Amino acid sequence: MESTIHVKERDVVAPGSVLATGMDYLPSKGTYRENNQILANRLGIVQLDGKVIKTIPLSGRYLPKKDDVVIGKVTDVLLTGWRIEINSPYESVLTLKDASSDFIQRGADLTRYFEIGDWVVCQIVQVTSQNLIDVSMRGPGLRKLVGGQVKTVNAQKVPRIIGARASMLGMIKSATGANIIVGQNGRVWMSGTPANEVVALAAIALIERESHISGLTERVQSFLKEKTGKSVQPVDDSQVGNSDNLSEQHTSVIRSQIQRDPSQLGGFRSQGFRKGGFQNTNAPNSQSSENATQQNKQEDSQ
Amino acid sequence: MSRNDANAKPYTERADGRSWTQTRPISARAGVIPQADGSALFTIGKSTAYAAVYGPREIHPKFLANPNTGVLRCSYNMQPFSGPGARSRSGPSRRSKEISLVTQRALEPVVDLSEFPNTVVDVFIEFIETDAGSRCAGICAAAIALADAGITMKDMVGAIAVGHVDGQTLVDLDGVEEHLGNEVADIPVAMIAATGEITLLQMDGITNTKTLLAALGEAHSCIKEIAKVQRQALLDRYSEVKQ
Repeated sequence: MESTIHVKERDVVAPGSVLATGMDYLPSKGTYRENNQILANRLGIVQLDGKVIKTIPLSGRYLPKKDDVVIGKVTDVLLTGWRIEINSPYESVLTLKDASSDFIQRGADLTRYFEIGDWVVCQIVQVTSQNLIDVSMRGPGLRKLVGGQVKTVNAQKVPRIIGARASMLGMIKSATGANIIVGQNGRVWMSGTPANEVVALAAIALIERESHISGLTERVQSFLKEKTGKSVQPVDDSQVGNSDNLSEQHTSVIRSQIQRDPSQLGGFRSQGFRKGGFQNTNAPNSQSSENATQQNKQEDSQ
Repeated sequence: MSRNDANAKPYTERADGRSWTQTRPISARAGVIPQADGSALFTIGKSTAYAAVYGPREIHPKFLANPNTGVLRCSYNMQPFSGPGARSRSGPSRRSKEISLVTQRALEPVVDLSEFPNTVVDVFIEFIETDAGSRCAGICAAAIALADAGITMKDMVGAIAVGHVDGQTLVDLDGVEEHLGNEVADIPVAMIAATGEITLLQMDGITNTKTLLAALGEAHSCIKEIAKVQRQALLDRYSEVKQ
């Protein structure tokens, strides 16, 4: 029997829309087969890949995935860690082990590291079948966020905001000069001059609103030119941000900030003395453990 | 609520001039409440329902959590100014509790929340004007709002009241028809649009197998039309750039 397709690439479809008839097409994400037909099972945009049909969602909550870098808020301090809210139906836990490699005494005051209300960039390290989530602060770019502002956007639009190889985000960053981090969970942190932040926010709102319509890059480009007077090109490199959205350049900025401000405990400092490790703390000549002790003292005195 | 009155005049023509199988004018819009994860407005004649969907989100109280899947929770509420009758009282009542429950059951068969165990999807349905068929309007609005929220659902659910007056089958009874003194049966029906599977079936009045089946047939053809309106509302939200 002849197979026919009833939709075009980038068409918006709703639950129950018939996408194709016949057995020659294959249902993928966001679609299902019922007898001879392939139908959509969510609101989304059609994407065709040969004979495979899928839909890209336009809305919906963030579902945590392993290795995603997300922006979260500390909502509670636990016995051995922190509860972090990550804009998803599930809260995550940051354990001491994943927060710092300092030796932390049992019963120590954990608010010295993270307080309720702090914003952090963290990475999801584990998601169980019941969606219990562990996050970590160990890794490049993972840190406490100080200053700036956080905006929550539609989590399904995050890939559009970042763009292919961070080209879209790179454009906004270089036009506005603001420092921007986009978490996969639909949280955007930015820090710049107030005027620049306003432009960056407006650009992100534009992407959120119009990302399903083609010619988005050009529209964002002209919007940025109109608002900032700078004409920017979508850059296809990792200078302004790579696919996981935390560039080397960016990382070094963070590193220097943390060195200046020891109260900001994040992945970096921890990494510094991971080489020495705690097991060696008693070793008299262990350079790294001395460093650790010194830094701890420094903190205590503050 | 028909009171069978022996002196009632025969109802030979619909009071508002519709044909027997014609619904009141229907319109729908998606995304009317920007703060919500999904929302919709559904109007049929003088019945207007707003639906807002929040979630999947953490469930409270915790004992309602299901570790196998997310749960759907609906709330039906009429605004105190929505109509002249004693029914349009806001807040919890025997009636609104029942309709909240049947709304939830009408929508559950199409919704798939297995990706979100231990969570809840809250659906709030509010009526700013009611003139019969409100539970049906509420279900139609809720289905659009759920789809707008990006919830996985295999098809739209549409709902319409059907029935008969003095043996004459008719669709979408309005307030006047519901309260006629003649022999009236008022049957709200919800169906999965494509397959015609019934997800809600209630009745006020008396019927028999033959007239009931005839009425259900009419309901399915109406619901297929309603599903087109529901889908169009969702597509319209994304078809044009809002200036």
